[in-house]
Amino acid sequence: MKFESILFENALPPGRSSRQAAPDFFTDLNIDQIVGALTAAKQEYDLATFFYTLLSDIEEVAYRHEVMQDLEDDKIRSQVNAFAQTMRQVRQELAQSGKLYYRYQKQWWFLDAVDVYCRGVQSLRDGLGSAAVRSRGFTGLRAYLDQYAASEHFLMLGQEIAQVKSELSEIRYCFLIRGSAVTVRHCEDEPNYSVEVEKTFEKFSQGEARDYRVKFHDTVDMDHVEANVLECVARLHEDTFEKLERFWNAHQDFQDEVVRRFDREVQFYIGYLEFIGDLKQAGLPFCYPRVSRTSKDIVSREGFDLALARKLVAEKAPVIRNDFALTGRERVFIVSGPNQGGKTTFARTFGQLHYLAALGCPVPGREAQLFLFDRLFTHFEREEKVTDLRSKLENDLVRLHDILRHATPDSIVVLNESFGSTTLKDAIFLGRQIMERVLKLDMLGVYVTFVTELASMSDKIVSMVSTVVPDNPAERTYRLIRRPSDGRAYAISIAEKYRLTDEALRERLAS
Amino acid sequence: MKVHLMFREQDFDLQQPLPPQADALTQDLGLEALFTAMAAEDKFLREVAQKAVLLSVADVATITYRQHVLQDCLANAAIVQKIYDICIECMQNERRHFWGGLSSSPGMILYRSVEVLHMFVENLRKLKKIADTEAANFKSGGFRRFFSMLQEELTEAYFAEVQDHLKRLRFKGGVLISAELGRGNKGVNYTLRRPDDREVGWFAPILSSPIFSHKPSYTFHIADRDEAGFRALSELRDKGINLAANALARSNDHILSFLSALRTELAFYIGCRNLHRQLTDRGGASCFPTPLAAGTRRHDFRGLYDAALALSMHRTVSGNDVNADGKDLIIITGANQGGKSTFLRSVGLAQVMMQCGMFVPAQAFQAEVRSGTFTHFKREEDAGMHSGKFDEELSRMSGIIDHIRPEALLLFNESFAATNEREGSEIARQIVGALLDAKVRIFFVTHQFDFAHSMYDKNLPDALFLRAERRSDGTRTFRMIGGEPLDTSYGEDLYRKIFAPAEAHETQEVP
Repeated sequence: MKFESILFENALPPGRSSRQAAPDFFTDLNIDQIVGALTAAKQEYDLATFFYTLLSDIEEVAYRHEVMQDLEDDKIRSQVNAFAQTMRQVRQELAQSGKLYYRYQKQWWFLDAVDVYCRGVQSLRDGLGSAAVRSRGFTGLRAYLDQYAASEHFLMLGQEIAQVKSELSEIRYCFLIRGSAVTVRHCEDEPNYSVEVEKTFEKFSQGEARDYRVKFHDTVDMDHVEANVLECVARLHEDTFEKLERFWNAHQDFQDEVVRRFDREVQFYIGYLEFIGDLKQAGLPFCYPRVSRTSKDIVSREGFDLALARKLVAEKAPVIRNDFALTGRERVFIVSGPNQGGKTTFARTFGQLHYLAALGCPVPGREAQLFLFDRLFTHFEREEKVTDLRSKLENDLVRLHDILRHATPDSIVVLNESFGSTTLKDAIFLGRQIMERVLKLDMLGVYVTFVTELASMSDKIVSMVSTVVPDNPAERTYRLIRRPSDGRAYAISIAEKYRLTDEALRERLAS
Repeated sequence: MKVHLMFREQDFDLQQPLPPQADALTQDLGLEALFTAMAAEDKFLREVAQKAVLLSVADVATITYRQHVLQDCLANAAIVQKIYDICIECMQNERRHFWGGLSSSPGMILYRSVEVLHMFVENLRKLKKIADTEAANFKSGGFRRFFSMLQEELTEAYFAEVQDHLKRLRFKGGVLISAELGRGNKGVNYTLRRPDDREVGWFAPILSSPIFSHKPSYTFHIADRDEAGFRALSELRDKGINLAANALARSNDHILSFLSALRTELAFYIGCRNLHRQLTDRGGASCFPTPLAAGTRRHDFRGLYDAALALSMHRTVSGNDVNADGKDLIIITGANQGGKSTFLRSVGLAQVMMQCGMFVPAQAFQAEVRSGTFTHFKREEDAGMHSGKFDEELSRMSGIIDHIRPEALLLFNESFAATNEREGSEIARQIVGALLDAKVRIFFVTHQFDFAHSMYDKNLPDALFLRAERRSDGTRTFRMIGGEPLDTSYGEDLYRKIFAPAEAHETQEVP
C-alpha cells in the first residue's frame, strides 16, 4: 500500500473533512490552553486542525501510538528534527528568492533551496534506513523515500545542481575601478597585493597587533553596481549562467507532495512530545492508554490536568495526581467535597484524558484504560450575561437538554455544578432527573455537584470526595478519594483544629 | 626587528607586574630617591626606572649584557640621546595624524597609513644614518647587534621597495580587485591585486580596449549624477582594499611599537646615566659590580655606601668594607645611631642595583646574584592599623614566606621586637633557622641580645657577626666591625649626649 500520511493509516476517507473550528468542549476542559501553547511554537505548520479532528477507529489510534513511540527514540526524533530544519531552510530560501530583484540572485537562491531540499530528503532517507523504526507509519515513509530518492527525476535533479554549483564556485574574476569606470575581466595570476605589503613590513612585527579590518554590513541583496559587475561576470561565463537560468525555468515545482505533507504532519507528534517533554522532565508520568470502543471499564493511575500541570511546573509547584476507576456497571463519577479541593480539576482530567486518547496521544498518568467515545459533551457553569433573555437556570436546562438529545451510549459527558442557582430542593430534583437520563443512556461521565444525595441513586455511580489537610483547611490538596460522601470528615477536622469537638468543648466548658 | 638592548633575546616588557615585595623594597631601601635621580623630572624615565630596577634579573649573563650597554651609553651619551629623541619625535608625529573616529573606512585608514608611513620612513633613514656613522664607537654586544640589524634590514633596496609601495598605494591608475561568487552570487573574497603596470599606466584605457586587447572584458560607467552608484562603487573599492589597509595600518603599529620599545629600553640607560652624574657630582664612587652565579655564596665589597642617603644628603657618606664570602647569616648589633640601618640599606640597594644591570655605589663589589631581594623592616606604628604591631609584623613575614625562594636575600631590621625580648628572640630563632635551611641568605640587624647571642653561641661556621663601631669615648664611626654581640646598645651614650653632657664624668658602666 502506498504511503500517504504519517497521521492516518488510511488516507482521509472521502467525506471526512478535517475540522476547521475547535470543538465546544475545548474551553471548558482548558484544552484550548494546551493546544494554543502547543501550536504557538509551530505556527508555520498550521497544526490546530489536527487537534480538532478526533479518531474513531482503534486501528488509527494504534497507528499514531506506533509513530509516537518511534519518535520517542532520540535518534529517530533528531532525524526528523533535522529534516524539519532543512525544510524550513528550503521555505526561507524560496521566500528569499522571491523577494530578490536581480535574476541571477533569484536563481541562485532557488538553486540552493532545491539543493537543500534534495540533501534533506536524502539524509532523512539514510537516517531512517539505519534507524530502528517499528511503526507502520515510518516503515511506510521509509519505503516511499527509498523509491523517491532512487527515481530518475530525483537523481537528475541532484546531478544538475551539482554541475551548476561547481561551475559557479570555480568562477574567479577581476575588476578594475578607475574613476567612474569599472572593467570586469578574467584573472591573470596578478599577485595578492595585500600579502606583498604585509611581507615588506613583516620585519617590524612586534607581536600581536590591532585589527584594522572594517566589518561591512552584509546584505543578501545587491546594489546596482554589484548587479552590473555580476552581469559582466555572467557575460564572461555565459554557458554557466545559461544553465542556471534553465534550471530555474525547469524545476519550479520540485517539491514532492507526500514529502511536504509529512513535513507538516509529523509536527503534530513533535509538538506534543515537546509539550509533554518539560513535564516529564519535572517527573510527571505519561502513558499510552489502552483504548476500547466496547468496554466501558475506565482506569487512570496518577492522572492529572495537563493544562494545570503546565502552569504549576512553570511555577515549580507540585502537581497532585489522582487515581480513578470505573468497573463493571459503574459509569458515572459524582464528585463532591470542599471547594478549592480539586473537583473541577478532576472533571477536566477525566475529559482531557479521553480527548487525548482520541487523538492517539500518550496521556497523563502511569497507566490508563480509556473509552473511545463518539462525542464528548461538557457543561460548565458560565457567566450570566445581562443580555440573556432567559434566566441562568433556564439556560442551563436548555443546554443540558441539547446535550442529552445528541448524546448516544458511546458519548461522554462532563457536568460541573449545574444547578447552583436554585434551591437545594430544586437542585436535588433536577439533578436526579438529569442523572436518570444519563444512567439510562448508559453513558460515561463526571458530575461535579454539592448535592451529595445523588451519589446514592444507583450502583452505576461512584462517589469521589475532595479532601483538605486537617490541620490547615485553607491548604489545597487537590487529592480526591473514592468514598461515600458524608460531608463530615472535613467539618470535624476543622473543629478539632479550633477545639470545638465534643470532647474539647466539654473540657473547655468544664473549666 | 627587535631592540633587545635589555635582554639578548627578549623584549623588555614595561607592562609586566612588579614583584610582590616591590612596595616594601621601595620603602625600606629608600628607592624613591634613586628613581627621582634617574628620572631627572621626566615622568616616563621615572616609570621605566622603577620597573627596570624592581624587575630584577637573576642571571649573570643578562646583568653583564646590560652593564656593557650601559658603559656604551655613558661613553656616547650624545648619540644615545639623539636616537632617543628621534623615537620621541616619531611617536609625537604619529599621534598628530588624527583618526577619523570609529567610522573610518578602509580608504581613510589607508590614506592615513600612507601619510604616517612616509614620516616613519624619513626617521628610519635617520636611524640608519646614525648606525652607518657611529656604530664603530660602540663596544657592547647589545649596541653592535642593534646597529648591524639596522644596517642589514634598512638597506637602500629596502627603502626603494617601501617607496614603491607608497606610490602604488595611492592607486593613481585604479584599484584592481579579484573576487569569487558566494551565496546569492554576491562577490566574496575581495582581494587587492597588483596590476600589470600597462593596465594602470597612462595609456591603460587605450591598451586594454578591445582594439588593442583580444582578451574579453566588459566595462560600465557610473552615470555622473548617480550618487547612490558612486557610494556603492566606493564601498566595493573599500572591500577590495580592506586587507591592504589593515596590513599597512598594522605595519605602522609595528614600526611604532619598535620605536616605542627602543625608546623604553634607552630610557633605562638614560636614567642610569642621570643617576651616575648625580653620584659623581657628589663625589660618590661607583663601580660596575662583578655578578657571580647564585650558589657561589660570595659577598665581598669595599667602600659600599648608601646611595639613597648620599642623594638626599647632597654629600658623600662613609662606606663599609665587608667580606662575607661563604656566610649565610650576618647579624649586626651594636651602638644606637651607629649606622646599622644605613649599612643594611646599602647592602640591599647594591644588590638591587647590581641585579638590574647598573653600577653600584662602592669602590669594589662582587656578589652572587639572588633569586630575589626582600626586606623586613621595623615599621612605625600605624594609627589606622587594625591589628597590633606584632601581628602586623608577622603578617608581613608571612607574606614574604609566600614568595621567597632559595638563594634569596632577606634583610631584617629590628624585626620581632614588638614583643618582649624572650618571645621575640624565640620567634626570630625559629624563623631564621627555617630560612637558613631553605638556603635564604640573611642580614639581621637586631637589638635583641638573647637572639643575637644565642646565635653566636652556636658557633655557626656560616654566620658572621658585625657590630657598629663605638670608640671608647662613645663617638661613632658609622663603620661595621666584626665582633661578638654585646648586651648593650649603648643607649646611655645617647641619653648622656642629649641630657647631661656636663655630668659625663659621673657615669658608670651599665650592668
